[in-house]
This record gives sequence, C-alpha cells and structure tokens, in this order.
Amino acid sequence: MMTKPAQRLTFFLLLAPAILWLGLLIVLPHVEILILSFSERVAPRVYAFGVGNYLEFFTEPLYWRTFARTAFMSILVTALTLVLAFPIALYIARVAQGRVKAMLLLLCLLPFWVSELVRTLGWMMLLRETGVISYMLRAAGLADQPVELLYNDGAVILGLVYGGLLFMIVPLANALESLEPSVVEAGFDLGGSRWTVLRRIVIPHAMPGIVAGSIIVFMLTVGNFATPVLLGGKNGLWFTEQIYAQFITRFNWPQGAAFGMLLLLLSSAIVWLGLRLTGQSLGTTLKQA
Amino acid sequence: MNRPTLAWKLYIAAFYIFLFAPLLIVAIFAFNASPFPSPPWRGFTLEWFTGSGAVFGKPGVLTDSIWLASIGNSFKVAVPVALLAVFLGTVNAWVLERVEFRGKTVLAMMMLWPLVIPGVVLGISILAFFSRLANGLEEWLQTDLDFLRPGLPLVILGQLSFILTISTLIIAARLRKFDRSLEEAAFDLGASRARVLRTVTLPFLSPALIGAGLVALLMSFENFNTTLMLVGSDAPLPITMYGQMREGATPAINAVSLLLMLGVGGIASVFALTAKAER
Repeated sequence: MMTKPAQRLTFFLLLAPAILWLGLLIVLPHVEILILSFSERVAPRVYAFGVGNYLEFFTEPLYWRTFARTAFMSILVTALTLVLAFPIALYIARVAQGRVKAMLLLLCLLPFWVSELVRTLGWMMLLRETGVISYMLRAAGLADQPVELLYNDGAVILGLVYGGLLFMIVPLANALESLEPSVVEAGFDLGGSRWTVLRRIVIPHAMPGIVAGSIIVFMLTVGNFATPVLLGGKNGLWFTEQIYAQFITRFNWPQGAAFGMLLLLLSSAIVWLGLRLTGQSLGTTLKQA
Repeated sequence: MNRPTLAWKLYIAAFYIFLFAPLLIVAIFAFNASPFPSPPWRGFTLEWFTGSGAVFGKPGVLTDSIWLASIGNSFKVAVPVALLAVFLGTVNAWVLERVEFRGKTVLAMMMLWPLVIPGVVLGISILAFFSRLANGLEEWLQTDLDFLRPGLPLVILGQLSFILTISTLIIAARLRKFDRSLEEAAFDLGASRARVLRTVTLPFLSPALIGAGLVALLMSFENFNTTLMLVGSDAPLPITMYGQMREGATPAINAVSLLLMLGVGGIASVFALTAKAER
C-alpha cells in the first residue's frame, strides 16, 4: 500500500510524534528505572548488577509495611468510595430528571476541576486543632479543649475517599443510565423486595461501571502523594512518600527505582486482576470513565 | 425505584454538603482579617489579595513575588503543554483513525499506558532517563545541557507524557465522527490536500481541539505528582502551595486557592459550552 517514497515519508512523519512520545517519555524511562533498580553501589560511583535493592525492601520492615499498608488502605478506600457513591449515582441516573439531573452531575464535577491541593487545604482547615470543626465543637459546648482531627488514618481515608468520589460516580451513573426501567419493574412485579431487585438486577447491570470506577479510584489512591502526606502528617506513611524520600531526599536512586517498580507492579496487578475477574478489557473500561 | 425514600434524599443532600464544605471554607477564610487561616472570624478584608503586608506583616497574593512567580511558572508550563498536546494529539488521532498499518492495535494500546502508570513513577522514570541522557550527551558534546535537568522544560515533558493520551483520545473521538464524503467532495471540486485540511477537516475538528487544549491546560495547572519529581528551583503553583501547607501558611494561600477556583471554573464553563456546541 505504502509504495511511493513520498507516501512513505508522510507515513513516517505522521508516526514520528507517537514514536518519540512513547519511546522517549514512556518506554525508555521505564527501561531505565528497571535497570537502575537492579544496580547496586559496590564502590563510590561504581555500580554492579544485583537484587540488593529488592532485598532491602523485604528485610526493612518500614518499607514493606508501608507498602502493605498502602495497598490495604487503597482497597479500603476504593470499597468505601463505591458504597458511598452508589446511592448518588443511582439517584442521578434513575431518579433525577432533566435539569435537576444535569445540575447534580455538574455539581459533582465542579470540585474535581479544582486542584487536589485546594481540596486538601479545605480538609486541613476543617479538621485541624485550630480548625473549623474543633472551633464549632467548643462553641457548642461539646468539647472544652481544642480537638485534633488531623494526622490520623481517619483523616487520610476521608481525604482519599473525597478525592475518588467523582471517578466512581461518573462511570457508575453511565452504566446505570442504560438500565431499562421495565426490567426493574418486572423485578418488583415478580415479588422482589427493594434489596433483591438491587442485588439481582441493578448491581449486575452496573458491573462494568463498578469495575471501571474501582480500578480508577484504586490507581489514583495508590499513587496519591499530597493527600496522605498532608492529612496524615508523620502517620501518613504512604509508599509514594518512600519513593520521593529515596529519590529526592536521600539521593539513593537505585533504591527509589526499585520502589517505583514495586508500586507499578502493585498498581498493574490490581488493575489486571480486576479486569480478569470481571472479564472486562482496559480499552472499554477507560471509555466508561 | 422512582420514588426515593426520605433517607435517600437526606443522604443526597448531606453528600453535596460534604462535597462543597472544604471548598467553601477555603473561599470564606480568604477574606478573614486574621494572620492565620483559621477561626474565629475577625472581620472582612481584601488584604490577602491586594494588601502590601502593612497590616498583617505578610503580603497578599497579588503583591507577593513568591506567589506571582509560581503562577507565572504554572503558565510557562501549562501553555506549551496545551499547545503541544493539541498539535501532537491531532497527529496521533490522525494516525489512529486514518492510517492503516501493521501493529496499529499495539500502538493504540500503548497510547493508553500512561493512564495506568502512577504519576510519581512517571516522574522518577523520566527524571532518571533524562539524567542519564544528559550525562552521556554532556560528556560527548562537552557542554552543559541544563534543560535535561530538573526544571520547567522537564516538567513540560513529564506532564505531556500522560496529557497527550487524553488529548489524543478527545480528538480521535471527534475525528471518528467525521463524514469522509465531505473531504471527497472538496477534492472533487479541485481543492488541494492542504486546502481541504484547512477549510473542511480542521474546522470540523475545532471544538475537540479547543476542548483538548482546555483540558490539557487544566490538567497541567493542577498536576502535582509528576511535577514534584521533576521540578527544579522554579516551582509551579501546586508545588509552592504544598510547601506552604507543610510549613503553615497565611490566608494568602486561601486567596490564591479562590483565584484558582475562579480561573478553573471559568475554563470549565468554556469547556462545557464547547462540549455542548459539539453535540
């Protein structure tokens, strides 16, 4: 098909941006950190192949515990986000009509166009010892001392769930949109209770949206940095913080690269598992979002 | 299912309060006449926007060189990112929709990758790769190549690595809807390829081009994870905000946040309008 030299040239010119982008900004950099993660310092400025960085991860409890904690909390955050978002998505997709519906969806979108830092600042101002909630509790006589609600796991989970909600609501609402009202009515007519109809008809229909939303929320949560660090303080202990510390603070790039590979592995494994368990593909999943 | 219970309605109301509470608090306390961004309310002031620092000892956003410089840095990154994302995204979309070749499905798949890589990992991998590149090239050329070291050029590349996926998808979706017979008609009427592109294809694509550009602008402005790893001495806005939030800031940070909300809200409504025009 591509026979004339001029056509060949056009073809390569068109392909060049994609090749340069994926090659120079994605593939080669990841090859680089893969190689880096398997190199060990044997003498100043001399590096040799070795698995020392990965061994360090498994032998130093702080590292693997932070990793396990990040994975576990991210799964928890994803589940909580799903449970909180489902009634909202169901309301937007099935109950709200016309203008109200558009309005509700738009109101959901707005906070998420604003920077993550601004949203986190809001939570810090609400939760901290000198913050709004503590002040209101004292004003109402419910507390006689300032209440510190920041710098604990609850604050971190709250911030992460808040950040993930939109990415759950939109795919869920999209999936629920296509549910035929007659199917739901049939379920009720056949004597199903609200709960049975929800469990046997609505949730199975929403499955593509549930998978898409959960995968996106999990990825965003596991890779988050600002929210756990700012809302959790010293107790944040998020794995991305370890990567940052190795790369920027300690300047131990091989160790940081190994951590980066482990985070990538965790994130990809969960995404793959989620897709596998539910028989969805990445392309259609991303389109749901 | 169509008659919502009271509990459900209350839950919806509580949810939207929850959604907007942090943003409202940030906005309200931008006007508090107090040196700290916390209650009690000490009266209304615009000092944190336009003040010179005479009242509270610390200047407002619009007179503080730190905030102004970081807003400037954010623009220095976001504008090139948006322009490149639209231009290169259009070429990529063309490749996806109009060119047939072996390995196209693999390429299309690879273009989605950046979305599933954590931003921090994108940042460190680009940092490490470009440092190696810089070391090699500097030794070979015997000259300093500062643009490959942490700094704004590297931030642009880092953000582009995943924003390009988004812009490509937006533009490709529009290109798919294009009726090719329109182009054929123009060719039959004797137009050259360049003229057809300029007068038929690009005008059809323009809502998607504007949309992709605005989305790229927003994503660049608020990106934190990738930027953090690649930033040098010139910090864009989110990085400065992060630093101030760790150290404890004055209500100037609320003022800058409010300006950011207004700016983002403005861009988002332009985007919503162009999206409506597309339909």
